[in-house]
Amino acid sequence: MARTFLLRQPTPMPGWGLSFGVMALMLSVIVALPLSVLLWRGFIDFGAGAMWEVVNRPRVWSALGLSFRAAFVASLFNLVFGVLLAWVLVRYRFPGKRIIDAMIDLPFALPTAVAGIALTAIYAPNGVFGSAIQSTFGIRVAYTEWGIWIALIFVGLPFVVRTVQPVIEEIDRETEEASATLGASRLRTLVRIVLPMLAPGALTGFALALARSVGEYGSVIFIAGNLPNVTEIAPLLIVIRLEEFDYDGAVAIAIAMLTISFTLLLAINLIQIWSRRRMGAV
Amino acid sequence: MTHIPHNRWRPATTEPALVRWALIVLCLAMLAILLVAPLMVVFDEALRRGWAFALASLSEPDAQAAIRLTLLVAALTVPLNAVFGIAAAWAVTKFDWRGKAWVITLIDLPFSISPVVAGLLFVLMFGANSALGAWLVAQGFPIVFAVPGIVLATLFITFPFVARELIPVMLEQGRAEEEAALTLGASGWRTFLTVTLPNIRWALLYGVLLCNARAMGEFGAVAVVSGKIRGQTTTMPLMIEMFYNEYLSVAAFTMAGVLALLAFVTLTLKTALEWRYADQLAASHRH
Repeated sequence: MARTFLLRQPTPMPGWGLSFGVMALMLSVIVALPLSVLLWRGFIDFGAGAMWEVVNRPRVWSALGLSFRAAFVASLFNLVFGVLLAWVLVRYRFPGKRIIDAMIDLPFALPTAVAGIALTAIYAPNGVFGSAIQSTFGIRVAYTEWGIWIALIFVGLPFVVRTVQPVIEEIDRETEEASATLGASRLRTLVRIVLPMLAPGALTGFALALARSVGEYGSVIFIAGNLPNVTEIAPLLIVIRLEEFDYDGAVAIAIAMLTISFTLLLAINLIQIWSRRRMGAV
Repeated sequence: MTHIPHNRWRPATTEPALVRWALIVLCLAMLAILLVAPLMVVFDEALRRGWAFALASLSEPDAQAAIRLTLLVAALTVPLNAVFGIAAAWAVTKFDWRGKAWVITLIDLPFSISPVVAGLLFVLMFGANSALGAWLVAQGFPIVFAVPGIVLATLFITFPFVARELIPVMLEQGRAEEEAALTLGASGWRTFLTVTLPNIRWALLYGVLLCNARAMGEFGAVAVVSGKIRGQTTTMPLMIEMFYNEYLSVAAFTMAGVLALLAFVTLTLKTALEWRYADQLAASHRH
């Protein structure tokens, strides 16, 4: 069956049945089937109208708004800082560079709960940074939206660096030399020549960081304070609904999150195609 | 001939030294604040009342059970993920078929889904309020609020790790070596074990390392499906939360310290692979 439907070119390569079978089975049982159950539960059992009524309440809107706003702010910070960091790591020479480069992936390796309690300890009113920031700027970080930003910046830090780094390594310096020869200042070369080359990679990293931060739970709930309507993120609201055995409510919020996420990712994809095409024309 | 003092001279493709050093210092300061400080505070808090006190908190029965459960979950999840990753990479890179792009998108999907939603998926599928779940509970084989649910949720979360590492590497290596082995009469398994596997072993190890780190550290998805039964369905990250909420700060940070050490080992091995076997890893890890 699969052979006639899917296999376009015959090949002597062995193992098609086994490899495709294992892949299809695990993909179905672990990813496709559970996701279909979620969509079925939402759209068929519960209904789009009923889901809308669950979502269209101030507490849910404020949780969704907070999750997407904070993820956007943190990913924007990581976009700028990530491009800068990638540039410094590829182009400049300084002692300890390779260690620093290895350290960038710490947020991938460190469990989110560990990051959560560590950041809370630092930024709490009696923590090292928390007390300093409060006495200097009068800003409370932990248990406010600031804390959520900090946690999401931590979680999303490596994405842009890792997508932009290989692009910078590939840049042909002759283009920059040509620009300098033609009299452009260094700043102008960077802004007009280098940055556009980095844009598609940076956008990929931004999208990955955004997708990760929107759904982030472990590192946020410790530092957020979790006050309904103020610092309650959407994933936490799903957990709360589940603890109340309100499965329909949890499903509705989950589907709302997925819908907004995928729309955003699609939009970023379109921008990327546009920016690649624009670069290709140059 | 005009003399250019060489300390003033700078190539047209770099920034002035002052700018360079300002940016380096800025980056290092930010990384110290964002990455190093949280890591240090974990150990500082854990050792606040001395080594003996910290280590004693780890030998408590609940803490021991959590460590055992986390090791068990990783021991089940990581090999299953490796098998999936190898099978998927083989099917995707050694054959031409329609719908490949869709399958790759589906493999990557768990990366853009909230861990909490991942947990919710398995509660819906196997929870006591679903027909399947109720039947399984009646058979004495509950999945949700039990170890199988934790394994399933962790599998979902870590699903893309190995496949994502192997697919680009195997695409780049092509099919010629396998085809040569087959022409010389090697069986399919022999071709895989003696030709393919040696070519992908470091990429496989790389994927397994990242998969293991995530499997042992997963919090959100596991929190939803585990039911947090002390000593039974509480993994190390969940135990951290419990200790923390009970104001057992030293116990929470000591367990966090153990996981931070695991992260440190993961990063060290991963970096060693990148330095030594860069040519055999996915192109995005080479620098």
